[in-house]
Amino acid sequence: MKHQLNARRLLCPLPVIRTQDKIATLKTGDLLEVICTDPGVKSDIPVWCRMNGHQIQNIQEQDGEISITISVQNSP
Amino acid sequence: MSKQPKAVALISGGLDSLLAVKVIQEQGVYVEGINFFTGFCVEGHTHAVRKKQQNKPKRNNALWVAEQLGIKLHIIDIVEEYKDIVLNPKHGYGANMNPCLDCKGFMVKKATEWIEAHHFDFVITGEVVGQRPMSQRHDTMPVIAAESGCGERLVRPLCGQLLPPTLAEKEGWIQRDKLLSFSGRNRTPQIRLAKRYGFVDYAQPAGGCCFLTDQNYSKKLLDLWQHRPTRNYTLDDIILLKMGRHIRPKPYFKLIIGREEGENNFLRGYRKEFTHIYATSHTGPLVLLDGKWLNDEDRTLSLRIIARYTQGKNADTVSLDVVDKNGNSQTFTVSPLQANNILHDWYL
Repeated sequence: MKHQLNARRLLCPLPVIRTQDKIATLKTGDLLEVICTDPGVKSDIPVWCRMNGHQIQNIQEQDGEISITISVQNSP
Repeated sequence: MSKQPKAVALISGGLDSLLAVKVIQEQGVYVEGINFFTGFCVEGHTHAVRKKQQNKPKRNNALWVAEQLGIKLHIIDIVEEYKDIVLNPKHGYGANMNPCLDCKGFMVKKATEWIEAHHFDFVITGEVVGQRPMSQRHDTMPVIAAESGCGERLVRPLCGQLLPPTLAEKEGWIQRDKLLSFSGRNRTPQIRLAKRYGFVDYAQPAGGCCFLTDQNYSKKLLDLWQHRPTRNYTLDDIILLKMGRHIRPKPYFKLIIGREEGENNFLRGYRKEFTHIYATSHTGPLVLLDGKWLNDEDRTLSLRIIARYTQGKNADTVSLDVVDKNGNSQTFTVSPLQANNILHDWYL
Protein backbone atom coordinates (compact mmCIF):
# COMPACT_ATOMS: atom_id res chain seq x y z
CA MET A 1 0.00 0.00 0.00
CA LYS A 2 1.33 3.46 -0.89
CA HIS A 3 1.15 6.36 1.56
CA GLN A 4 2.16 9.99 1.31
CA LEU A 5 3.54 12.37 3.93
CA ASN A 6 3.56 16.12 3.42
CA ALA A 7 6.69 17.49 5.10
CA ARG A 8 6.89 20.67 3.03
CA ARG A 9 8.25 23.73 4.89
CA LEU A 10 9.43 21.55 7.77
CA LEU A 11 13.10 21.89 8.60
CA CYS A 12 15.27 19.04 9.77
CA PRO A 13 14.93 17.13 11.96
CA LEU A 14 11.15 17.51 11.74
CA PRO A 15 10.80 15.68 8.39
CA VAL A 16 12.73 12.77 9.92
CA ILE A 17 10.54 12.81 13.04
CA ARG A 18 7.36 12.85 10.96
CA THR A 19 8.74 10.04 8.77
CA GLN A 20 9.71 8.01 11.84
CA ASP A 21 6.27 8.48 13.40
CA LYS A 22 4.44 7.66 10.17
CA ILE A 23 6.45 4.51 9.48
CA ALA A 24 5.66 3.29 12.99
CA THR A 25 2.04 2.99 11.82
CA LEU A 26 2.81 1.16 8.54
CA LYS A 27 3.33 -2.47 7.58
CA THR A 28 6.30 -4.22 6.03
CA GLY A 29 6.16 -3.77 2.26
CA ASP A 30 4.23 -0.50 2.40
CA LEU A 31 5.64 2.43 0.44
CA LEU A 32 5.85 5.91 1.91
CA GLU A 33 6.47 8.96 -0.27
CA VAL A 34 7.73 11.89 1.81
CA ILE A 35 7.54 15.30 0.13
CA CYS A 36 9.90 17.88 1.59
CA THR A 37 11.45 21.26 0.87
CA ASP A 38 14.46 21.15 3.24
CA PRO A 39 17.48 19.91 1.24
CA GLY A 40 18.87 18.39 4.45
CA VAL A 41 16.44 15.48 4.03
CA LYS A 42 18.51 14.12 1.16
CA SER A 43 21.11 13.16 3.76
CA ASP A 44 19.02 12.70 6.89
CA ILE A 45 16.17 10.46 5.72
CA PRO A 46 18.49 7.93 4.01
CA VAL A 47 20.65 7.82 7.17
CA TRP A 48 17.60 7.24 9.34
CA CYS A 49 16.37 4.53 6.94
CA ARG A 50 19.74 2.78 6.92
CA MET A 51 19.88 2.63 10.71
CA ASN A 52 16.32 1.31 10.91
CA GLY A 53 16.53 -1.15 8.03
CA HIS A 54 14.14 0.58 5.63
CA GLN A 55 14.97 0.93 1.94
CA ILE A 56 15.07 4.10 -0.10
CA GLN A 57 13.44 3.37 -3.44
CA ASN A 58 13.71 6.75 -5.05
CA ILE A 59 14.77 10.35 -4.47
CA GLN A 60 13.56 13.00 -6.90
CA GLU A 61 13.96 16.75 -6.84
CA GLN A 62 11.87 19.15 -8.86
CA ASP A 63 10.96 22.82 -8.47
CA GLY A 64 12.42 22.99 -4.97
CA GLU A 65 10.54 19.94 -3.74
CA ILE A 66 12.21 16.67 -2.82
CA SER A 67 10.27 13.44 -3.02
CA ILE A 68 11.69 10.42 -1.19
CA THR A 69 10.03 7.03 -1.54
CA ILE A 70 10.72 4.55 1.24
CA SER A 71 9.95 0.86 1.27
CA VAL A 72 9.03 -0.07 4.83
CA GLN A 73 10.85 -3.12 6.19
CA ASN A 74 10.58 -4.97 9.49
CA SER A 75 7.63 -2.94 10.74
CA PRO A 76 7.14 -3.06 14.53
CA MET B 1 25.35 -16.63 29.57
CA SER B 2 24.17 -13.40 31.20
CA LYS B 3 22.14 -11.00 29.12
CA GLN B 4 23.83 -8.12 27.36
CA PRO B 5 23.18 -4.88 29.28
CA LYS B 6 21.37 -2.16 27.36
CA ALA B 7 21.76 1.59 27.64
CA VAL B 8 20.26 4.61 25.96
CA ALA B 9 22.42 7.67 25.33
CA LEU B 10 21.43 11.30 24.98
CA ILE B 11 22.88 12.22 21.59
CA SER B 12 23.25 15.91 20.86
CA GLY B 13 25.35 15.44 17.75
CA GLY B 14 28.45 16.83 19.43
CA LEU B 15 31.74 15.25 20.37
CA ASP B 16 31.06 14.48 24.02
CA SER B 17 28.05 12.25 23.46
CA LEU B 18 29.87 10.54 20.58
CA LEU B 19 32.77 9.66 22.87
CA ALA B 20 30.58 8.74 25.83
CA VAL B 21 28.77 6.13 23.77
CA LYS B 22 31.99 4.75 22.36
CA VAL B 23 33.46 4.31 25.85
CA ILE B 24 30.41 2.29 26.90
CA GLN B 25 30.14 0.30 23.66
CA GLU B 26 33.72 -0.84 24.19
CA GLN B 27 32.57 -2.51 27.38
CA GLY B 28 30.13 -4.69 25.47
CA VAL B 29 26.96 -2.75 26.26
CA TYR B 30 24.21 -2.51 23.63
CA VAL B 31 23.45 1.20 23.07
CA GLU B 32 20.69 3.11 21.33
CA GLY B 33 20.46 6.89 21.13
CA ILE B 34 17.83 9.52 21.84
CA ASN B 35 17.85 13.03 20.47
CA PHE B 36 15.28 15.47 21.78
CA PHE B 37 13.96 18.13 19.42
CA THR B 38 13.13 21.26 21.43
CA GLY B 39 12.83 23.74 18.55
CA PHE B 40 15.81 25.69 19.88
CA CYS B 41 18.45 23.42 18.38
CA VAL B 42 21.06 25.39 16.48
CA GLU B 43 21.75 22.86 13.82
CA GLY B 44 19.33 22.10 11.08
CA HIS B 45 17.18 25.13 10.60
CA THR B 46 19.48 27.98 9.79
CA HIS B 47 21.98 25.72 8.06
CA ALA B 48 19.23 24.30 5.88
CA VAL B 49 17.75 27.64 4.98
CA ARG B 50 20.62 29.99 4.38
CA LYS B 51 22.14 29.87 0.91
CA LYS B 52 25.42 31.33 2.04
CA GLN B 53 25.98 28.33 4.29
CA GLN B 54 25.64 25.89 1.42
CA ASN B 55 29.25 24.81 1.81
CA LYS B 56 28.39 23.33 5.21
CA PRO B 57 27.15 19.73 5.18
CA LYS B 58 23.37 19.67 5.33
CA ARG B 59 23.05 16.86 7.77
CA ASN B 60 21.58 16.29 11.18
CA ASN B 61 24.61 15.78 13.37
CA ALA B 62 22.79 13.55 15.85
CA LEU B 63 21.87 11.16 13.03
CA TRP B 64 25.37 11.36 11.65
CA VAL B 65 26.91 10.58 15.06
CA ALA B 66 24.55 7.64 15.53
CA GLU B 67 25.54 6.23 12.17
CA GLN B 68 29.24 6.58 13.01
CA LEU B 69 28.58 4.62 16.19
CA GLY B 70 26.40 2.03 14.46
CA ILE B 71 23.48 2.65 16.82
CA LYS B 72 19.78 3.34 16.33
CA LEU B 73 18.67 6.89 17.01
CA HIS B 74 15.22 7.90 18.19
CA ILE B 75 14.48 11.57 17.52
CA ILE B 76 11.71 12.71 19.81
CA ASP B 77 9.66 15.87 19.41
CA ILE B 78 9.35 17.50 22.85
CA VAL B 79 8.48 21.01 21.65
CA GLU B 80 5.21 21.25 23.59
CA GLU B 81 6.42 19.69 26.85
CA TYR B 82 9.62 21.71 26.70
CA LYS B 83 7.74 25.02 26.87
CA ASP B 84 7.31 24.65 30.61
CA ILE B 85 11.09 24.29 30.98
CA VAL B 86 11.70 27.49 29.02
CA LEU B 87 8.88 29.46 30.59
CA ASN B 88 9.16 28.33 34.22
CA PRO B 89 12.62 26.97 34.98
CA LYS B 90 12.82 25.91 38.60
CA HIS B 91 16.56 26.57 38.69
CA GLY B 92 16.39 29.78 36.68
CA TYR B 93 18.26 30.88 33.58
CA GLY B 94 21.95 31.02 32.76
CA ALA B 95 23.69 34.01 31.21
CA ASN B 96 20.88 34.30 28.65
CA MET B 97 17.50 32.55 28.38
CA ASN B 98 19.11 29.13 28.78
CA PRO B 99 17.51 27.00 31.50
CA CYS B 100 20.39 24.51 31.30
CA LEU B 101 19.93 22.72 34.61
CA ASP B 102 16.18 22.25 34.18
CA CYS B 103 16.76 21.26 30.55
CA LYS B 104 19.27 18.54 31.32
CA GLY B 105 17.14 17.25 34.17
CA PHE B 106 14.11 17.12 31.89
CA MET B 107 15.96 15.27 29.14
CA VAL B 108 17.40 12.73 31.56
CA LYS B 109 13.90 12.29 33.03
CA LYS B 110 12.49 11.61 29.54
CA ALA B 111 15.33 9.19 28.83
CA THR B 112 14.62 7.43 32.14
CA GLU B 113 10.97 7.03 31.19
CA TRP B 114 12.16 5.64 27.85
CA ILE B 115 14.44 2.99 29.40
CA GLU B 116 11.67 1.93 31.75
CA ALA B 117 9.23 1.56 28.85
CA HIS B 118 11.74 -0.30 26.67
CA HIS B 119 13.40 -2.43 29.36
CA PHE B 120 16.84 -0.88 29.06
CA ASP B 121 19.19 -0.77 32.03
CA PHE B 122 20.74 2.69 32.23
CA VAL B 123 21.16 6.14 30.69
CA ILE B 124 24.37 7.63 29.29
CA THR B 125 25.19 11.31 28.88
CA GLY B 126 28.30 13.06 27.60
CA GLU B 127 28.47 15.41 30.60
CA VAL B 128 31.85 16.45 31.98
CA VAL B 129 32.29 17.86 35.49
CA GLY B 130 33.09 21.54 35.39
CA GLN B 131 32.51 21.93 31.66
CA ARG B 132 29.40 24.11 31.82
CA PRO B 133 28.74 26.86 34.34
CA MET B 134 25.21 25.76 35.17
CA SER B 135 24.41 22.13 34.46
CA GLN B 136 27.83 20.49 34.53
CA ARG B 137 29.20 21.36 37.95
CA HIS B 138 30.12 19.07 40.80
CA ASP B 139 27.21 20.38 42.86
CA THR B 140 24.57 20.40 40.08
CA MET B 141 25.25 17.05 38.41
CA PRO B 142 23.77 15.13 41.40
CA VAL B 143 20.70 17.41 41.16
CA ILE B 144 20.11 16.17 37.59
CA ALA B 145 20.40 12.54 38.68
CA ALA B 146 18.05 13.06 41.62
CA GLU B 147 15.39 15.30 40.09
CA SER B 148 15.16 13.27 36.87
CA GLY B 149 14.38 10.12 38.84
CA CYS B 150 17.27 8.40 37.06
CA GLY B 151 19.40 8.24 40.21
CA GLU B 152 22.27 5.82 39.99
CA ARG B 153 21.07 4.58 36.61
CA LEU B 154 22.73 7.68 35.14
CA VAL B 155 26.24 7.05 33.80
CA ARG B 156 28.58 9.84 32.70
CA PRO B 157 31.41 7.88 31.08
CA LEU B 158 33.67 10.87 30.37
CA CYS B 159 33.96 11.79 34.05
CA GLY B 160 32.62 8.66 35.77
CA GLN B 161 35.77 8.11 37.83
CA LEU B 162 35.17 11.45 39.53
CA LEU B 163 31.61 10.59 40.53
CA PRO B 164 30.09 8.04 42.92
CA PRO B 165 29.72 4.49 41.53
CA THR B 166 26.58 3.92 39.48
CA LEU B 167 24.28 0.93 39.25
CA ALA B 168 26.00 -0.17 36.04
CA GLU B 169 29.30 -0.41 37.90
CA LYS B 170 27.79 -2.09 40.95
CA GLU B 171 26.08 -4.68 38.75
CA GLY B 172 29.30 -5.31 36.83
CA TRP B 173 27.81 -4.19 33.49
CA ILE B 174 30.70 -1.75 33.09
CA GLN B 175 34.06 -1.41 34.77
CA ARG B 176 34.83 1.77 36.66
CA ASP B 177 38.50 1.76 35.65
CA LYS B 178 37.47 1.97 32.01
CA LEU B 179 35.51 5.15 32.61
CA LEU B 180 37.32 8.48 32.30
CA SER B 181 38.10 11.38 34.60
CA PHE B 182 37.73 14.38 32.32
CA SER B 183 36.94 17.67 34.03
CA GLY B 184 36.83 21.35 33.21
CA ARG B 185 36.46 23.25 29.97
CA ASN B 186 39.67 22.07 28.36
CA ARG B 187 38.73 20.12 25.23
CA THR B 188 42.15 18.59 24.65
CA PRO B 189 41.34 15.23 26.33
CA GLN B 190 38.21 14.85 24.18
CA ILE B 191 40.05 15.73 20.99
CA ARG B 192 42.83 13.30 21.89
CA LEU B 193 40.31 10.53 22.61
CA ALA B 194 38.48 11.23 19.34
CA LYS B 195 41.76 10.82 17.50
CA ARG B 196 42.45 7.55 19.29
CA TYR B 197 39.04 6.24 18.24
CA GLY B 198 39.60 7.44 14.67
CA PHE B 199 36.91 10.13 14.69
CA VAL B 200 38.16 12.97 12.53
CA ASP B 201 34.92 14.66 11.48
CA TYR B 202 32.74 15.79 14.35
CA ALA B 203 30.58 18.81 15.09
CA GLN B 204 30.79 21.69 17.56
CA PRO B 205 33.80 20.51 19.59
CA ALA B 206 33.24 23.36 22.03
CA GLY B 207 29.60 22.46 22.64
CA GLY B 208 26.76 24.97 22.48
CA CYS B 209 23.91 23.50 20.47
CA CYS B 210 21.03 25.61 21.77
CA PHE B 211 19.86 29.02 20.60
CA LEU B 212 18.80 29.89 24.15
CA THR B 213 22.47 30.33 25.05
CA ASP B 214 22.77 33.00 22.34
CA GLN B 215 22.52 36.59 23.53
CA ASN B 216 20.91 37.97 20.38
CA TYR B 217 18.39 35.17 20.16
CA SER B 218 17.48 35.57 23.84
CA LYS B 219 16.93 39.28 23.29
CA LYS B 220 14.50 38.53 20.47
CA LEU B 221 12.67 35.97 22.58
CA LEU B 222 12.26 38.46 25.43
CA ASP B 223 11.00 41.05 22.94
CA LEU B 224 8.45 38.53 21.65
CA TRP B 225 7.10 37.98 25.16
CA GLN B 226 7.03 41.68 25.96
CA HIS B 227 4.85 42.36 22.93
CA ARG B 228 2.44 39.45 23.18
CA PRO B 229 -0.61 39.26 25.45
CA THR B 230 0.80 36.09 27.04
CA ARG B 231 4.30 34.87 27.78
CA ASN B 232 4.24 31.88 25.46
CA TYR B 233 5.44 30.76 22.03
CA THR B 234 4.71 28.47 19.11
CA LEU B 235 7.21 26.47 17.09
CA ASP B 236 6.80 28.96 14.23
CA ASP B 237 7.60 31.82 16.62
CA ILE B 238 10.88 30.35 17.74
CA ILE B 239 11.91 29.33 14.24
CA LEU B 240 11.17 32.81 12.89
CA LEU B 241 13.38 34.29 15.62
CA LYS B 242 16.26 32.46 13.94
CA MET B 243 15.48 33.94 10.53
CA GLY B 244 16.13 37.38 9.10
CA ARG B 245 16.79 40.78 10.57
CA HIS B 246 14.19 41.84 13.16
CA ILE B 247 13.36 45.54 13.41
CA ARG B 248 10.71 46.89 15.79
CA PRO B 249 9.97 50.57 15.07
CA LYS B 250 6.79 50.55 17.19
CA PRO B 251 5.68 48.39 20.10
CA TYR B 252 2.80 46.93 18.10
CA PHE B 253 4.67 45.69 15.03
CA LYS B 254 8.03 44.46 13.89
CA LEU B 255 9.50 43.69 10.49
CA ILE B 256 11.27 40.41 9.74
CA ILE B 257 13.57 41.15 6.82
CA GLY B 258 15.16 38.27 4.89
CA ARG B 259 18.94 38.58 4.75
CA GLU B 260 19.55 36.47 1.67
CA GLU B 261 17.80 34.33 -0.91
CA GLY B 262 17.45 31.26 1.27
CA GLU B 263 15.79 33.21 4.06
CA ASN B 264 13.56 35.07 1.58
CA ASN B 265 12.36 31.74 0.21
CA PHE B 266 11.73 30.42 3.70
CA LEU B 267 9.87 33.55 4.83
CA ARG B 268 7.74 33.37 1.68
CA GLY B 269 6.30 30.16 3.12
CA TYR B 270 4.61 32.29 5.81
CA ARG B 271 2.78 34.56 3.37
CA LYS B 272 -0.61 33.14 4.39
CA GLU B 273 0.04 33.83 8.06
CA PHE B 274 1.56 37.33 7.78
CA THR B 275 1.27 40.39 5.59
CA HIS B 276 4.36 40.31 3.39
CA ILE B 277 6.18 43.05 1.54
CA TYR B 278 8.69 43.09 -1.30
CA ALA B 279 10.13 45.68 -3.66
CA THR B 280 8.93 45.64 -7.25
CA SER B 281 11.21 48.34 -8.65
CA HIS B 282 14.45 46.92 -7.26
CA THR B 283 15.89 43.65 -6.03
CA GLY B 284 15.30 43.30 -2.33
CA PRO B 285 14.28 41.13 0.60
CA LEU B 286 11.04 39.41 1.41
CA VAL B 287 9.67 40.98 4.58
CA LEU B 288 7.02 39.79 7.04
CA LEU B 289 4.96 42.21 9.11
CA ASP B 290 4.55 40.75 12.61
CA GLY B 291 1.79 42.80 14.27
CA LYS B 292 -0.19 45.48 12.51
CA TRP B 293 0.06 49.03 11.29
CA LEU B 294 -2.34 51.40 13.03
CA ASN B 295 -2.19 54.14 10.40
CA ASP B 296 -0.65 55.26 7.12
CA GLU B 297 2.39 56.66 8.94
CA ASP B 298 3.26 53.24 10.31
CA ARG B 299 3.00 51.77 6.83
CA THR B 300 5.11 54.51 5.24
CA LEU B 301 7.78 54.24 7.93
CA SER B 302 7.94 50.47 7.44
CA LEU B 303 8.17 50.73 3.67
CA ARG B 304 10.92 53.34 3.90
CA ILE B 305 12.87 51.05 6.25
CA ILE B 306 12.42 48.11 3.90
CA ALA B 307 13.43 50.23 0.90
CA ARG B 308 16.70 50.83 2.72
CA TYR B 309 17.43 47.09 2.43
CA THR B 310 16.82 46.94 -1.33
CA GLN B 311 19.19 47.57 -4.21
CA GLY B 312 17.39 50.91 -4.49
CA LYS B 313 18.60 52.21 -1.13
CA ASN B 314 20.29 55.16 -2.83
CA ALA B 315 17.52 55.71 -5.40
CA ASP B 316 15.03 58.57 -5.12
CA THR B 317 12.12 56.17 -4.81
CA VAL B 318 11.42 52.46 -4.42
CA SER B 319 8.11 50.78 -5.23
CA LEU B 320 6.92 47.99 -2.98
CA ASP B 321 3.99 45.62 -2.93
CA VAL B 322 2.18 45.00 0.35
CA VAL B 323 0.26 41.72 0.24
CA ASP B 324 -2.10 40.74 3.03
CA LYS B 325 -2.76 37.19 4.27
CA ASN B 326 -5.57 36.78 1.75
CA GLY B 327 -3.37 37.75 -1.18
CA ASN B 328 -4.77 41.26 -1.66
CA SER B 329 -1.97 43.44 -2.97
CA GLN B 330 -1.34 47.18 -3.00
CA THR B 331 1.63 49.04 -4.49
CA PHE B 332 3.28 52.02 -2.78
CA THR B 333 6.22 54.19 -3.73
CA VAL B 334 8.46 55.66 -1.02
CA SER B 335 11.86 57.24 -0.58
CA PRO B 336 14.31 54.95 1.26
CA LEU B 337 15.11 55.92 4.82
CA GLN B 338 18.69 57.02 5.39
CA ALA B 339 20.73 54.58 7.45
CA ASN B 340 21.15 57.05 10.31
CA ASN B 341 17.37 57.41 10.57
CA ILE B 342 16.92 53.75 11.45
CA LEU B 343 17.28 53.94 15.21
CA HIS B 344 19.66 51.57 16.90
CA ASP B 345 17.00 50.65 19.44
CA TRP B 346 14.76 49.33 16.69
CA TYR B 347 17.15 46.47 15.92
CA LEU B 348 16.48 43.31 17.90
